[in-house]
Amino acid sequence: MSAVTAHGVIAPILVPLLTGTLLVLLRGSATPLRRTLSMLGVQLLLGVSLWLLLQVADGEILVYRLGNWAAPHGIVLVADRLAAGMVLLTSVLALFAMMHAIQGSDRRGRQFHVLFQFLLMGLNGAFLTGDLFNLFVFFEILLIASYGLLLHGGGAARSRAGLHYVVINLVGSSLFLFAVGTLYGVLGTLNMADLSQRVAALGPEDIGLVRAAALLLFLVFALKAALAPLHLWLPGAYSAAGPAAVALFAIMTKVGAYSILRVYSLIFGADAGPLAGLVDPWMLVLGLITLVVGTLGALASQRLALLVSHLVVVSAGSILTAFGLGGEAALSAGLYYTFQSTLVVAALFMLTENVARTRGAFGDELRAGPMLPAANLLGGLFLVLALAVAGLPPLSGFIGKVLILKASVGAPAAMPWIMAIVLITGLLTLIALARAGSTLFFKTETHARTASLPNVAKLVPVAALAGISLLFVVFASPIHGYAQAAAAQLVDPGGYLEAVLGAGATDNDADADTDTEPAKMAEVAGPRRTTVHSPPDQIMPAH
Amino acid sequence: MTQLALIVLIPFIGALLPSWALTAGRLWSAWVTGGVVVSALALLVAPAWAVMQGETLLWQLDWLPALGLSLGFRLDGLALLFALMILVIGLLVILYARWYLAERDPMGRFYAYLLLFMGSMLGLVMSENLIQLLMFWELTSISSFLLISYWRQREDARRGARMALAITGGGGLALLGGILLLGEIVGSYDLSTVLAAREIIHAHPLYLPALVLILLGIFTKSAQFPFHFWLPHAMAAPTPVSAYLHSATMVKAGVFLLARLFPALSGSEAWTWLVAPTGMATLLIGAYTALFKHDLKGLLAYSTISHLGLITLLFGIGSPLAAVAGLFHIMNHATFKASLFMAAGIIDHEAGTRDMRRLAGLWRFMPQTGLLAMIAAAAMAGVPLLNGFLSKEMFFEKTVYMATFEESTWLLPVLATIAGALAVAYSLRFIHDVFFNGTPTDLPRTPHEPVRWMRVPVEILVVICIAVGIFPSLTFGPLLAVAAGATLQAPLPAYSLKVWHGFTPALGMSMLALSGGALIYAIRRPLFRWHERTLGQLDARWLYEVWERALLQGSRVLDHLIHRRSLQDMLAVLIIAAAAMLLLGFWGMPLTGSATLTPLDPVSAAAAFCLAVGALGTVVLHRQRWTALVMLSVVGLIIALAFVKFSAPDLALTQLAVEMVTIILLLLALHFLPAETPRESSLARKLRDLLLALLGGGLTTVLTWAVLTRPYDSISDWLLRNSVPGGGGSNVVNVILVDFRGFDTLGEITVLAIAAIGIYMMLRDLRLEAPRADAQGRPWSSDAHPLILATFSRLLLPLALMVAVFILLRGHHLPGGGFIAGLIIAVALVMQYLANGVLWTQTRLSGELHPLIGLGLLLATATGLGSWYFGAPFLTSAHGHWSVPILGEIELASAMLFDIGVMLVVIGITLVILIRLGRIGLMQRRAPISNSDPKP
Repeated sequence: MSAVTAHGVIAPILVPLLTGTLLVLLRGSATPLRRTLSMLGVQLLLGVSLWLLLQVADGEILVYRLGNWAAPHGIVLVADRLAAGMVLLTSVLALFAMMHAIQGSDRRGRQFHVLFQFLLMGLNGAFLTGDLFNLFVFFEILLIASYGLLLHGGGAARSRAGLHYVVINLVGSSLFLFAVGTLYGVLGTLNMADLSQRVAALGPEDIGLVRAAALLLFLVFALKAALAPLHLWLPGAYSAAGPAAVALFAIMTKVGAYSILRVYSLIFGADAGPLAGLVDPWMLVLGLITLVVGTLGALASQRLALLVSHLVVVSAGSILTAFGLGGEAALSAGLYYTFQSTLVVAALFMLTENVARTRGAFGDELRAGPMLPAANLLGGLFLVLALAVAGLPPLSGFIGKVLILKASVGAPAAMPWIMAIVLITGLLTLIALARAGSTLFFKTETHARTASLPNVAKLVPVAALAGISLLFVVFASPIHGYAQAAAAQLVDPGGYLEAVLGAGATDNDADADTDTEPAKMAEVAGPRRTTVHSPPDQIMPAH
Repeated sequence: MTQLALIVLIPFIGALLPSWALTAGRLWSAWVTGGVVVSALALLVAPAWAVMQGETLLWQLDWLPALGLSLGFRLDGLALLFALMILVIGLLVILYARWYLAERDPMGRFYAYLLLFMGSMLGLVMSENLIQLLMFWELTSISSFLLISYWRQREDARRGARMALAITGGGGLALLGGILLLGEIVGSYDLSTVLAAREIIHAHPLYLPALVLILLGIFTKSAQFPFHFWLPHAMAAPTPVSAYLHSATMVKAGVFLLARLFPALSGSEAWTWLVAPTGMATLLIGAYTALFKHDLKGLLAYSTISHLGLITLLFGIGSPLAAVAGLFHIMNHATFKASLFMAAGIIDHEAGTRDMRRLAGLWRFMPQTGLLAMIAAAAMAGVPLLNGFLSKEMFFEKTVYMATFEESTWLLPVLATIAGALAVAYSLRFIHDVFFNGTPTDLPRTPHEPVRWMRVPVEILVVICIAVGIFPSLTFGPLLAVAAGATLQAPLPAYSLKVWHGFTPALGMSMLALSGGALIYAIRRPLFRWHERTLGQLDARWLYEVWERALLQGSRVLDHLIHRRSLQDMLAVLIIAAAAMLLLGFWGMPLTGSATLTPLDPVSAAAAFCLAVGALGTVVLHRQRWTALVMLSVVGLIIALAFVKFSAPDLALTQLAVEMVTIILLLLALHFLPAETPRESSLARKLRDLLLALLGGGLTTVLTWAVLTRPYDSISDWLLRNSVPGGGGSNVVNVILVDFRGFDTLGEITVLAIAAIGIYMMLRDLRLEAPRADAQGRPWSSDAHPLILATFSRLLLPLALMVAVFILLRGHHLPGGGFIAGLIIAVALVMQYLANGVLWTQTRLSGELHPLIGLGLLLATATGLGSWYFGAPFLTSAHGHWSVPILGEIELASAMLFDIGVMLVVIGITLVILIRLGRIGLMQRRAPISNSDPKP
């Protein structure tokens, strides 16, 4: 058994960790060597992510037991379709963000590549972990690395935005600890699958406490996901960050959405008794409010970067509206929307920087500026991405939006609201983008200096992402099919529980190790390791 | 029938060609574009033949079955009628535009956009799947945005384009909602199914919402009142675009859909009451406004609105015959209106203006154009022997029929006649004001006949007008029959396409309209004066602008309220939300658990009191930063004591060391800040914050209470039992850190490493002025490195290192471990820096220290990877006994290596921060020296 097949689940975490560590050891900031190493790391990551996705596409759930300790006592990584999909999404995004960064923006500050790799590690870890405290650890990695990346390039605006970002999120982290501590204090475990079983068997006297912790946890995830009114930190921070960094940030709000989906489908899912579906109505209502608030922000924005930042909020609103609807159709719609909107928004962020650069002193401000020599190229890309993000055909946003709307038709009580808000905010987004586009690319200030030519190499990743958006339409069926299968695993977490806790999961690779290899390990290491695994029923204390 | 897909695809692919062909010359670009259209037309011939025989051609491919979306094209009579209109008029427009566009206009872009639009339009009319239809629908809105804003430097073009996009795009979104509901009712988005499901649709409770949403889409696209105002503003587009989009094709998309869904949706009261009055209002308002427009294109735009209203009204009436009349008028209107727009373009092109107040007597300069325009205008007015007359007669006939049928009112025919008269009047004005009515004065150019080829498209269209007007059943007749069959999805009603039907009420109405129109035109001057004083003041655009401005300003105000928030406000929101979550969770549930409380001992009480005082003191004294920091350290120390009390010596040690290191680093950092924080908060703010603090603290207390009073039963029992047999260490805290949950530790040291790198990055470029005196004005001691401290710290270093190694080695069994060892070494080294200065220390401990962090991380990761060699998962530890000379029997675990990695990272981060902070001061202190001694 080669290393890749046995340890493929952890590879998306280790590849950026090792790349980042090696980059720490190399001197200099963005030398060709460091760039090459960083790029190779990202490409390797893409490879292993793709491999992982192919492994789990048929429905198998891979479990990786760190330190060879079985759940619930050790930490496990779990790769199901959703996790593998998010990891691949991260890798694809990373590749294009890296392509953009090595065209020069990585030189505007120090240690870009190190922080970039560690951010990737944090993202992938958050998607793969099956342990609630471990999720907290990866949230911390994410937070610190993103804070560093946010400050990349320096300047007063960034420092200010960075301070807001880090303070708010540190408070969020503290609340995360409160919630995890409470859950551990009452339920006595940290493994998510185990938590799920214990919540299902919860005594009535503890319901209030667990509910409080669960709601607090939701708040933390909602903060990460930029759900209104906890989204206030996002526009300032994202609009201040550099292009490649913020392109990767596009997926950070999705970590919050992912965590909500994971925790509230697994731990507080259908089997959670009185706590089942605890946050669904919240998600739906807050998702819709987020849509409205984000759209208002987009309409009011005077800078393109700020506008796109508000569109991140809008996209978060759409996704959580879908998740809040619940059920396989809505979840798969939300997942499809997540995949495509992440890529599109990231491309818009990168394009924003390209436009701002060519406009010189006018930057990304939405006012008449110099005549752009490449207005057709830049404007054309903007048009395509704007259509995609506003949910107009023929791009991926349209399919995503229609899927969400169609899912809402199945929920008659909420349908008129969802339909009205989604459609009207779509129109308003379109108006905001049309105004921005016609000001930036059509309207010219006659006495302004002619703008410089854009760096075409920097436009390659933007164009590629726009192309991917189109591919999302052409191959809508297989992609949505995957999302649907991932949603099916979430709706019925039996397979997940069995893979993590049960004995029925012995047929997968990672588990095969644990049955045969420890004996060998014990021989090598010494005679004292006797107890390796007890069956779960003996481990768990009686309630 | 792959051909159907190809017909739609060809213009999209062809859109790439015109710019490329432009390199060979402008004529080539036009030829290539025309060639694209001709090839699409050629492909249409065979399917068209089949359709004329009564077939309906279908081609379908699965796309996204989960959504009910398939790629499907359908060619029946209705689709064929529109496809022919789109292609033939498109071809004429391409020819016309070649001569219309000026040298400086980028022609490639124009033709590319035009082909994009043509493809979208073809896709729209040939769609079998409704969602696919909607995709093309929105594509026509988008491509028309590009075409209207073609002269992008013009403000009116940009505005007009944005307005058209907002209205038609928004209508498209409403249509999307309607289609989704319709699909929900029927269970399919395929037209074949939907058109056959009339009963199901009408009986469903969602019928009305679906109908309203779909009609919203139709009315916006076809410029029906009150959404009509975008169309006149779209006239900022080049005239070929107006001729194509805004008369013949795009605005017809709305009425196309009206016809397409006619069998499924029509025939209810809601349909009649929504569609017919809208059509009637649009018909009248359009005709009335057209009369008073001074701009040629403005007149034609309102006339178009009026004719679209007429068609809508016909479909609203809902009888099969009315639908046939509607279809017929679609064809007729397309021919005469396209030719009129082209004529207006020629006039504008050759005379330099479109203002009818300046144009006059052009007959002398361009009689041929004048003749063509006159015939087309006569068709528009409904003069016999021209096609406009025929469909208008049918319309009049329907209104009379409706009136007799309903027996209620003669309002309908009366209004129809008035509209007819107005149409005659504005047609007269179009001809008389432009070609006669005196001589032109002050024209920008001397008018003359256009290039021959520019007139050819107009000639072709006018010939069609006459041919249809005289021989209707020989020309449009067969096409109309198949189109009507496809529209109604039922046997055709009896109708006759004849010029002469005898003396009917409709003929009377026609005559009345003609003479009435002449009369209105005759009294136009007083009418104009009256209009300008009264109704002319109203402009629907004004409504749009008010709305737009309100939207933008409203969003700015709201945005300001919501998003321009200080950090304190954001935190307040967060804390309130957290409190709300906890309250909601606790609500109505028991808080206190069943565990028995341990009695309170005086030591704990005292410690708790100190803790509270420390916390409170930090808050009260927060403006004196140094003092606040000291108070804060009290909190840390008490927590260390608490760990001791609860038998967690490891944690206590760690806490103590962490406390020391952080306080030292904070002191260093505070050195660069003013000693006092300025007063900034108002009393109200302080009160709010007090309340928030009480809320947060109170609820945290409740949460802690609730957890601690519950019996604790967790996996930690298992961890305790398995620490020695499984992890090879009796210090379970350490075994958890490096083995059971070693992955968490790896993550946390990564966090530390990132933080170190971040701080390194931030401080490296920082230039700060360190104060030379403290807050009271006392200068800092010049004796930065007192001798006693320096000597002792040097003596202490080897001792501290030895202790650290000891702590590290024993960590797996007894309190200790890599984290604490790292902190101890760090503290010892910090002492060297403090006592001896950065320079002294650096000569002995040279180089950047952040590679140390990398090494630590690498060691920890490599240890984890090492277990792969033994075929075990990442971070699996191994342990064993070895007999070592002198030391005797020792037990080593592979986790030790991991722990050393942890230690290195901890040392690295502490020193990196320290050295960076130290250097800031150093640079500042050096500065005056380098100033006084400048290098040559």
